[in-house]
Amino acid sequence: MDDFYRELIIDRYKSPHNKGRLDPHDYSYEDDNPLCGDELRIDVRVDENEVVTEASFEGQGCAISMASADLLVEHIVGKQLAEIKAMSKEDILELLGIELGPVRLKCALLSLKVLKAGIYGIEELEEELT
Amino acid sequence: MTSDAKVHALDARKIRSDFPVLGRETQAGVPLVYLDNAATSQKPKMVIDSMTHYYEHQNANIHRGIHRLAEEATEAYEAARLRIAKFIDARSWREIIFTRNTTESINLLARSWGHANLQSGDRVLLTEMEHHSNIVPWQMLAAERGLVLEFVPLTDDGMLDLEAYRSLLERGPKLVSFTQMSNMLGTITPAKEIAEMARAAGALVAVDGAQSVPHMPVDVQDLGVDFMAFSAHKMLGPTGIGVFYGREDLLKEMPPFLGGGDMIKRVQLDGFTLNELPYKFEAGTPPIAEGIGFGAAIEYLESLGMGNVHAYEQQITEYALDRLEEIPGVRVYGPSYKDKGAVASFTMEGTHPHDVAQILDNEGIAVRAGHHCAMPAHEKYDILATTRASFYVYNTEDEVDRLVEALYKVKGLFGA
Ligand SMILES: Cc1ncc(COP(=O)(O)O)c(C=O)c1O
Repeated sequence: MDDFYRELIIDRYKSPHNKGRLDPHDYSYEDDNPLCGDELRIDVRVDENEVVTEASFEGQGCAISMASADLLVEHIVGKQLAEIKAMSKEDILELLGIELGPVRLKCALLSLKVLKAGIYGIEELEEELT
Repeated sequence: MTSDAKVHALDARKIRSDFPVLGRETQAGVPLVYLDNAATSQKPKMVIDSMTHYYEHQNANIHRGIHRLAEEATEAYEAARLRIAKFIDARSWREIIFTRNTTESINLLARSWGHANLQSGDRVLLTEMEHHSNIVPWQMLAAERGLVLEFVPLTDDGMLDLEAYRSLLERGPKLVSFTQMSNMLGTITPAKEIAEMARAAGALVAVDGAQSVPHMPVDVQDLGVDFMAFSAHKMLGPTGIGVFYGREDLLKEMPPFLGGGDMIKRVQLDGFTLNELPYKFEAGTPPIAEGIGFGAAIEYLESLGMGNVHAYEQQITEYALDRLEEIPGVRVYGPSYKDKGAVASFTMEGTHPHDVAQILDNEGIAVRAGHHCAMPAHEKYDILATTRASFYVYNTEDEVDRLVEALYKVKGLFGA
C-alpha cells in the first residue's frame, strides 16, 4: 500500500500545486471517465514558439487521476507541443513512480488523454490509442 | 412453497469450507475477504465438480445424439431445468428458458414480446433503481418503435415511491419491468404489491431477479409476475447461463428470439416450423456444462434453505450497516437492513471509491467501486460513484470487522 500510494501521490491529491482555471488560455479540453466518475479539464498557455508557458487542471476523481493531472501539467511547462504529442503511458507512470494494473491505468492516463485531445483534437487521439 | 417452515441460523464457517477459493490468500499472509458477491458469487466445490464430471464422463451435444453420452448429458441438463422450475415455483419446466444471463433474458423479452406487442406511443414503466440491463434494451426498442419509457421515482431513503407509481399506472403502461432487489441500494422492492397494482391497471409484469433469486425465497406464482430474469453466476453457479422465466400462455404467443438449430422442428428452403417450449427460444448448442453446474448450485442453496439464506444475510447486513455507520465520514445509501438485501454501498468523505477499493485490496478485501451499472440511481443521490460491499452465505462478522478496520486505514492515509 505504501508503495502504491506513494507519499507524492497522496500529497498531490490532497494539496495539488496546479489546480485551477487559466483565463485566457490557448488550449482547453474537458473529458470524463463515466465508469469511475472522474472529470478533468486541462488549460494550457503557449508562447509564439508553441512552447508551454503555463498549464493547470480542474476536476474531481481518484488520487491516481488527480495526482497524475497535477504532475503532468507541471511537467509540460517549457516543453514544445510536439514533445507533448510524443508523450506516452510510460512517461505518466514515470511521473507517478508506480506500476498500475489495466483498470487503474485508465485513471492515470485520463490526464494525458485530455491534454492531447485539447491540443490535437479527439479524433487524432483516438486513432493513436487504437 | 419456497419459504421454509423453520428458520435456523446458517453455519457460515462450515459453509466456507465448501468453497475452495475462500481458502486462498491475495498476498502472502493476507487471506481473501470476498465482498463482491453482488457482482458474482463464488462457487462451491460441488458445482465445480458437477461440471468437471460432465466433461470427464458425459461430454456430448444434447437433444440430438442417439448414444449413451448424449442421453446422459441431455438428462443431466434437463434435470437442472426441472430443478430450477421447482426452485422458483414455475408451473412447468417449459416456462424455464436458458439464456446467457439476466441481460440476455431481458433483451429476449424486449426483442420477442416487445416487438410483437408494443407500438408507437405505448408505455413501458421502469424504475429509477434499475440496473442498466433493464434500461438499455427498452431504450433501444423505444428508439426503434417510438415507445414512451417512464420511471418510478425513488424516495430519499432508497425506496420506490409507490404513490408516484400509482399515478404512473393511470397512464396505461403495457408493461411494468422492475428489479426485486437493487444491486446498488440493496432495496428489496414489494414485488407482490407492485405486480398486483400493475395487473389491476392491465399491464404485464416483468421482474429482474438477478439479485433477489440468489438471496431469498422467490415464488413466481405467489408474486403473480409474468416474466422473470436471473443469472446463475450470482447464485453459486457458473457464468454463461441464466434464466428467462415466462408464463407459458404468453411464451406460446411470442415470436422466436434467435434463429438456428434446436429452436426449429423442421426446416425447408422456403420456411421453418418452430419447436416447442422452451426450445423455441434456445437456438444453437446450449451451455451444457453450465446448465448442469447451475442445477448443482440450486441443489446447494436448497440444502441451506432460502429462508435461512435470507435470514442469515439480514443479520450480517444489519451488523455491517451498524459498523460502517460508526466510521466518521462514511455514508451508506439505501434503506435500513429490514428492507435491504446484503449490500452496503457507501461513500467516504474526501476519498474516491477507487482509492478506497485499492487500499482494501491491499488488505485482501475485494469490493466493487464505481457506479455498479446503475448510473441513474447514483445521479439521483448526486454521487458519481460508491464503494460497495456485498455479502453472501459464506461471509462472517469477522470479515465485516476486517472491512471496518481497513476503512480506518484508508482514513488514516487520506487524512479525511
Ligand atoms: C439487479 C441486476 N440486474 C441485472 C444484472 C445483470 O446481470 P448479468 O450481468 O448476469 O446479465 C445485475 C448484475 O450485476 C444486477 O445486479
